[in-house]
Amino acid sequence: MVQTLDEDQRIIEFDVRTDEMLVNMGPQHPSTHGVLRLVLRTDGEIVSELEPHIGYLHRCAEKIGENLTARQWIPYTDRMDYLAAMNMNLGWSLAVEKLLRYQVSEKARHLRVLIVELNRIASHLVGMGAYGLDLGTFSPFLYAFREREKILDLYEEVCGARLTYSYITVGGMTADLPPGWLQRCEAFLDQFEPIIQEYHTLLTTNAIFVKRTATIGVLSPEMAIDYGCTGPVLRGSGVDIDLRRDGESIYTAMYDGYAFEVAVMKNGHYPRDHKYPAVPKDAVLGDCWHRFFVRMLEVVQSMDLVRQSIDRYSQCKGALGEPLKLAEKLPAGDTYLETECPKGQMGFYLVTDGTPIPWRVRARSSSFSNLAVSPELCRGCLIADVPAVVGSLDVVMGEIDR
Amino acid sequence: MAEFLIETIGLPTWFAWTAVAGLSAFLILNVIAGGALVFIWAERKIAARIQDRLGPTRTGGRFGWLQSLADGIKLLAKEDLMPDGADALLFRLAPYVSFCASFCAFIALPFAFDTVGQRLNVGVFFVVAVLGLEVFGVILAGYASASKWSLFGAMREAAQVVSYEVPLGMCVVVPVMLAGSMDLVTIGEKQAGWAVNWFIFHDPFTFVIFWVYCTCAIASVNRAPFDLAEAESELVAGFHTEYSGLRWSFFFMAEYGSMFLVSALAAILFLGGWNGPVPVSELLGFSDGVAATAPFALRFIGCMNLFLKATAGVLLMMWIRWTLPRLRIDQVMTTCLKYCTPIAAAMFLGVMLWQLFLPGGLVPGSFRAAAGVREGWLEQSYRKESAEDESLSLKKLSRHISEVSR
Repeated sequence: MVQTLDEDQRIIEFDVRTDEMLVNMGPQHPSTHGVLRLVLRTDGEIVSELEPHIGYLHRCAEKIGENLTARQWIPYTDRMDYLAAMNMNLGWSLAVEKLLRYQVSEKARHLRVLIVELNRIASHLVGMGAYGLDLGTFSPFLYAFREREKILDLYEEVCGARLTYSYITVGGMTADLPPGWLQRCEAFLDQFEPIIQEYHTLLTTNAIFVKRTATIGVLSPEMAIDYGCTGPVLRGSGVDIDLRRDGESIYTAMYDGYAFEVAVMKNGHYPRDHKYPAVPKDAVLGDCWHRFFVRMLEVVQSMDLVRQSIDRYSQCKGALGEPLKLAEKLPAGDTYLETECPKGQMGFYLVTDGTPIPWRVRARSSSFSNLAVSPELCRGCLIADVPAVVGSLDVVMGEIDR
Repeated sequence: MAEFLIETIGLPTWFAWTAVAGLSAFLILNVIAGGALVFIWAERKIAARIQDRLGPTRTGGRFGWLQSLADGIKLLAKEDLMPDGADALLFRLAPYVSFCASFCAFIALPFAFDTVGQRLNVGVFFVVAVLGLEVFGVILAGYASASKWSLFGAMREAAQVVSYEVPLGMCVVVPVMLAGSMDLVTIGEKQAGWAVNWFIFHDPFTFVIFWVYCTCAIASVNRAPFDLAEAESELVAGFHTEYSGLRWSFFFMAEYGSMFLVSALAAILFLGGWNGPVPVSELLGFSDGVAATAPFALRFIGCMNLFLKATAGVLLMMWIRWTLPRLRIDQVMTTCLKYCTPIAAAMFLGVMLWQLFLPGGLVPGSFRAAAGVREGWLEQSYRKESAEDESLSLKKLSRHISEVSR
């Protein structure tokens, strides 16, 4: 019986002769977020296999870090996740401070929360807008960039740069806020808050958007943990981990006294979900829609944190404190610290031998782990789902390739 | 006009007809191509406004009027590229197939009651059929480009357009049934009078089927959210990935031409065509007598009415394009086969039953009065034209015109 079935199949194959097709998506492709190359094995519109190829943006940042002092390497961290450079600066600064057992002033601590959370908003805005682009709608992208521009304007006032800031540095910040900045920041938040509803109308609750994202690329919590996914990708699968709450003490101390709820689905609902659109009934926990929604919630959460930090910063008396020397001697030893960046958990590892220049520098990128799960998610989906899935992971190639 | 050339100026018959055909073709081509340029500019401005930016502001004055022209010149100056593995003949042929199909359909499209390139008694059929040919250009382009992305685009286009022709055809048949003719001029004339005479307001079924038509029309001209053949986030640029310069612009022109065409078709089939919502000319008594002797202003206003309605349709498409995400190919097919086709079929049946049981509307004879004013004026004039004495009177008329102009 089995024999005849085999023969039949061969006959059919011989008659029709369908072939699988290998397609290169990228490195020059509109929806691969930079220079990612995805090799798709397709059968018609169906993707049977996806393989991400990385390395097109490799700049040997880690090796360069072994030839520079800790503070000199700050600009190189900017270029990792260039959409959230402040978070990268903070991750490296905190790692070095952990090694030095150094504690920044109270004022600097609140300022760091302010700056970093504002950058989280900017990063999620890009992630959200670009996700709209991946699904074929152009306008939300420009709406998101319109608001991001205002954040960049604020940053420009602070440090003169709009993308690669090098503002947060080892031992504090390079400068204090200019006068009147807090008012402008608050004005931005007041103006931005009602606009979030626009994004929900255009994307989150849009029927076509839900159709394109719900039940697509379902990532189970077990698989997410197995692959080392972090950040919104992990929380989108319903795993309640956020380093701002669960991280190492030097990092969580920064958020001491701040009230925030981790944006994750618990007992079937999201925190504060009464204010935001209900989860569509098609959506399954861990699909693209949930990953997107977690980001949207984190934008609101970060706005809340920024408001809190503005209050605390303006109440702080005393000086901001000067950052450490450019060539501060690092005690011999090694240290590793992970922080919660917009894309996920970014870790920095450094081994030192008593000189100002680290002996070894490594970075652990969240986008790398998040991208690694894409072959699992894309198996058996349609070509149109590939941008939807990869976009929902929100990877930044600068961080993956370093 | 041909008669005028033959009888008054005395040109040979073949020459006169050729000259008139050439002039008509020239007019249609330029009006539509010029219209396409305007639409491209409008799309940029509208997209910009929707997206909270300004769009072109400098080329040709404050509003960037000449942006499309500048783009055209840029495209002319671009290097004409062809991929190595491309099928040279088909690759070159494809844009012209698309372009010709899109623009040929305008031959049978009336802009006013007798402002039409060629009045066909199967006008609806002709327009839909010729428009359907556009897909050949796309498939050829995708096949000949020797690019996998282009091939994907072509496959999608073939599947999509061929599927959507079915519900589109069903939607188009409804006004044909109501008017009792496939002649676009007749269909438009049947809707003369107040806006309630428009076929969209004929009964609830036609109202629904108008929206089905809109969906299918957007899908059949490949506009978002059905622009799968050129989905830039998935297929780079789909079927025209490998095209550049003027050849690419031919696809672009064809797209905008088709957009205008399906909108104009919607206007004629459902929205009263060249008849305004208020029958001003009838009320003032301009359209007594026959169409052939109607004043020129009437034709002009008719053209403006149609342009306005068609432009509104095009603007609607632009609005949709810059608002909605793109559907996936299986969802596009589901929309067609599971929703559009059954709805169109049911509505078709509904209209048929309505015609059978309530031919005069819910309240018989309530809103058909105004249509009576122009009932048959076009047919009358055509009948007269065919008669022997009509040519004499025309000759008189043309002589009269030439005397006046002298």
